[in-house]
Amino acid sequence: MTTTLSEAQSKLLLQPYELPFLQERLVDTALQAVTAAEEIGLPVVAKLCGDTIAHKTERGLVKLGLRNAADVNRASEELFAAATDADGPVQVLIAPMVSASRELIAGAVRDPQFGPTVLLGVGGILAEAISDVVVRLAPLSAIDALEMVESMSSQALLGEFRGEPAVDREALCRVLLALSGAIIESESIVSIDLNPLMIVDGLPIAVDALVEVDELLEEGIR
Amino acid sequence: MSWRNDQFSALFDPAGIIVAGASTHPGKFGFVVLHNIISCGYQGNLYATNREGSEVLGRETLRSISEVPDGSADLLFVCTPAATNVELLKEAAAKGVRAAFIASAGYGESDAEGMRRQDELVALADELGILILGPNGQGLVSTPSSLCAQIVAPYPPAGSIGIASQSGNFVSSFMNLSRQSGVGVSRAVSVGNAAQVGVLDALEFFAEDPHTSVGLIYVEGIPDGREFAERLGAVARRMPVVVLKGGTTASGAQAAASHTGSLATDDKVFDGLCAQFGIVRATTLTEAFDCAAAIVGQPLPRGPRTAVVTTVGGWGVVTADALSQTSLELVPLPDDLRDTLDSLLPPRWSRSNPIDMAGGETKDTVPEVLRAVVGHPDVDAVIMLGVGIQSNQGALERNGPFYPEHGLERIVAFHDRQDRRYVETAVEVSVEFGKPVLVATELAIADPANAAVAAMREAGRFCFPSADRAVIALDQLNRLQSWRERRGLPPFSS
Repeated sequence: MTTTLSEAQSKLLLQPYELPFLQERLVDTALQAVTAAEEIGLPVVAKLCGDTIAHKTERGLVKLGLRNAADVNRASEELFAAATDADGPVQVLIAPMVSASRELIAGAVRDPQFGPTVLLGVGGILAEAISDVVVRLAPLSAIDALEMVESMSSQALLGEFRGEPAVDREALCRVLLALSGAIIESESIVSIDLNPLMIVDGLPIAVDALVEVDELLEEGIR
Repeated sequence: MSWRNDQFSALFDPAGIIVAGASTHPGKFGFVVLHNIISCGYQGNLYATNREGSEVLGRETLRSISEVPDGSADLLFVCTPAATNVELLKEAAAKGVRAAFIASAGYGESDAEGMRRQDELVALADELGILILGPNGQGLVSTPSSLCAQIVAPYPPAGSIGIASQSGNFVSSFMNLSRQSGVGVSRAVSVGNAAQVGVLDALEFFAEDPHTSVGLIYVEGIPDGREFAERLGAVARRMPVVVLKGGTTASGAQAAASHTGSLATDDKVFDGLCAQFGIVRATTLTEAFDCAAAIVGQPLPRGPRTAVVTTVGGWGVVTADALSQTSLELVPLPDDLRDTLDSLLPPRWSRSNPIDMAGGETKDTVPEVLRAVVGHPDVDAVIMLGVGIQSNQGALERNGPFYPEHGLERIVAFHDRQDRRYVETAVEVSVEFGKPVLVATELAIADPANAAVAAMREAGRFCFPSADRAVIALDQLNRLQSWRERRGLPPFSS
């Protein structure tokens, strides 16, 4: 049996691998949310987080583009109110609002036949339809990582794009190597999704992270 | 695993063969395999067993393996029913047999009882130190030993492509392409149920085999993907390997709780591991053979800079278009090369790459241009088009009602000579400068007797039946070479 960790737990598990996550705060009240938002810098995103909440978007538990204290306050109150008993203890996560015209997906998955693999692809809502995806077996060498980036069909997407700089390929390679390290070192990890991996000023930013773990192997981690 | 390679030597270069279950019925495997072994010229000891001791193909047979002189055969070819094979194997081992090809069906591919029999056979073979290929396979070919131990045709020309396949029919297909092109085969084996050893074991032998310079494999099921990838990768560092995989459209059977899991289909993973381990992955049967045949006998390109040379117009443009979709680069003509070509060609030539010679000027123009282009340091590879045109017209004239009058005899001979020269020059400069020169014409299929096509065949080089196929193969070769270069591996010695 596998279980999907919450976003916060997922990011905690991935902390040693220096993935490009945003600076974010977990808060317990709407008031704390406003303070956190002001410290991080507006606009922000608010998400409801709990150990059992994995797929937030489907339940409307992500509030985007909160531009001022009043927005943050109202959104946080709505999120806390939306929590159900089944969700268990919850917190609200406040993160900077980033927007990007380019979204990639990066991840790792333990393939039943081939063992640990790392994936890079075009992300966003068209990911499956476009299916521009490159996979390699982990562990990756630096050359493997570079070749993954080069192997994507949508090279135009990685160059200068709509007034934004080209994607920093080295930074993208660091993400892939970090994913490789994580799935090689943590036997309990079944899969990692960094989706979307937004390209902001040419740099990859992991806005969300979901880690799926093997429950039996994971006992030791908790 | 050198004991394994010794066993593979017994399989492919046996000093003697026992065909167990030779049949008097020309429709039976036990007849066909004996027929093929004798007909294709195997020179070693040959024994055949038949229950009644009947003569087969005019040869005496033995009633049992026990009658074979000790130590005179090291390969056993088995066509007998599955139930009898355990005894056969024991008798054969006592005679010094070290390898067996089991063509018999009724094993793991059939039912639970068959699977039990197969396990029993493997356990016994392991105990006896016998290499088993099959069961349920079509056989093997080994041109260095003039050996066609197969229950099907064809027997290919000799060469250095080593074939191993999970499907016997793909072995036949690859060998038919070998016959068509003249680019020959060293060893070929269909592994059937791969009960004891499989495609990878054969491939590992090929990597050690001085007769084999490229591995060409067909696989469907990959039970242990990780081990498969790592072993295949280890071979691919030492010898070029071309793989065709069946079942690529089957979607991943992963419980895709994650987005990544659902995107990482089996095919994407296989594609990725090939790119990662320097394995040439072909998408079609012809592409697989094209790539293997292109690698044989000519160096890999040192880089992507490609020149397209045509005797006359049309083809070059389309080939350049195809090239632009690949890792190859249509090299802008260097000024000094353009100057050289200006001095050799009529003013109407293209003056850019693709190099359209516009029919040339003198009888020496095409060879001189080829030499200048292939020899230029800024050119890594050349695709040569438009050969065989003259001798194609020559063939029409030779077979027409006016030949040899009206000066036809002389001009036809001239055409043939010219086309032969073009191709011989292409091969010569390719060797001299260590660069691939791929020649393409549909005459490779339309008229194998065409002077240009025949000259390619005689040189042991692949004549591509179309320019687009040459582009696809050259792209694969370029990617293989750049994979090696990046990892600090030396070029393959050809």
